Amino acid sequence: MVYSKRIDGRKFDELREIEAKVGVVKSADGSAMFRIGDTVAIAAVRGPRDLYPKFMQNPKKGILRCNYNMVSFSVDERIRPGPSRRSREISLVTENALLPALNLEEFPNAVVDVFIEIIQADAGTRCAGICAASLALADAGIPMRDMVCAVSVGKVGGKALVDLNKKEEDYEEGSSDMPVAMLPRKNEISLLQLDGDMKPDDIDGCLKLAIKACKKISEIQRNALMGKYQMEKEN
Amino acid sequence: MGLIIKEKEFVIPGDVIAEGIDYLPGNGVFRDGDQLVAQQIGIVNLDNRLIKLVPLTGAYKPKIGDVVIGQVVNMGFNGWTIDICFSNLAMLSVRDATSDFIDKKADLSRYYDFDDYITAKVLNISKSNLIDLTMKGHGLMKLKDGIIIDVSPSKVPRIIGKQGSMITMLKNLSNCKISVGQNGKVWIDGDNSGKAIEAIKLIEKESHIPGLTEKIEKMLGGK
Repeated sequence: MVYSKRIDGRKFDELREIEAKVGVVKSADGSAMFRIGDTVAIAAVRGPRDLYPKFMQNPKKGILRCNYNMVSFSVDERIRPGPSRRSREISLVTENALLPALNLEEFPNAVVDVFIEIIQADAGTRCAGICAASLALADAGIPMRDMVCAVSVGKVGGKALVDLNKKEEDYEEGSSDMPVAMLPRKNEISLLQLDGDMKPDDIDGCLKLAIKACKKISEIQRNALMGKYQMEKEN
Repeated sequence: MGLIIKEKEFVIPGDVIAEGIDYLPGNGVFRDGDQLVAQQIGIVNLDNRLIKLVPLTGAYKPKIGDVVIGQVVNMGFNGWTIDICFSNLAMLSVRDATSDFIDKKADLSRYYDFDDYITAKVLNISKSNLIDLTMKGHGLMKLKDGIIIDVSPSKVPRIIGKQGSMITMLKNLSNCKISVGQNGKVWIDGDNSGKAIEAIKLIEKESHIPGLTEKIEKMLGGK
């Protein structure tokens, strides 16, 4: 069967409904919530602060530590709380996706901690986490070269589309899923993973879709930041 | 070429403020090839050809000459380690601490003990963020009694006001001793300190609204 219509009735290059909010965690230096469809991510940033154990310190520049976690009620069946193989991996790729956007030379021997909690999951959690983390880092005032926005693209039933949900990810007749993170100012890609099969020719088309979708997300991020700081200016 | 975003406009990280070599990057701005790019959330401020950002958020970044309020966290043979709300701790050496003569074998806790709050001035900052403090200077002292409150470091200039106008008014109308550190710590001592804290919280919240000075004056019962 050809996948001619999406399960939730979206267009093939249409994103799910997005909501972004900055400053949701009061005790953190910076924080943000990012919701895309039914996926909800909350990110909190602590630091720059002193780094211990001391052997981890880098006297040339500050380091970034990311921690990705899915809470146990985020998916249909309860998942065991605590770190897992999967969350370790996603923490690492998130760190690598965010690092090119940060200027940490000003903070030698210090660390910036990013905590990402997925409180509701419906595919695309690492992308939502990266978007939330980028907003939280900007809110914390960490010097950044650019914002980071991320989206997953893929081929479902032979059709290229953006922002897959869980049902599309599990589509019986073959589906592939490619999370992409991008720095929109110069269209630099900082995360590219692929789950499933994809022909080399298709990757180009999918990347183009992803870049277009990332630009849209970047606008939403801008509005979210403006929402917090312009409002502070007005009232 | 030239300026892309105008003065006094809101920028987020990654916004290209200007292109070409006509402008220079200042605080919060960096050069990437041909572009001058904002690296923080802030308001663009133009000073001749220098583009600066007035940051709206962010932790305290020490500058030489800043007066800060810090807490003693450690003591060594030749000085104290002070927490000044920065990622690295600051050092206050014995010879910069007081004009008194301190004997080599003296117990340093007699001067400043653990958890004591002090006002000090930033003397020097090394490239790897080692900070030297001094307490030789007008009004630099150990803070006894009183209350310390936290404000956002980006709001400190508003609390002080133009040439200290706001802080002088606060002191006069509330009859409190107030000391503001650039790192966002404010020390208040006096019978009327509750009122003063309220006023400072209000300044922090409404720092951008014109006519704030009158509002504070009214609140504290001035004419």
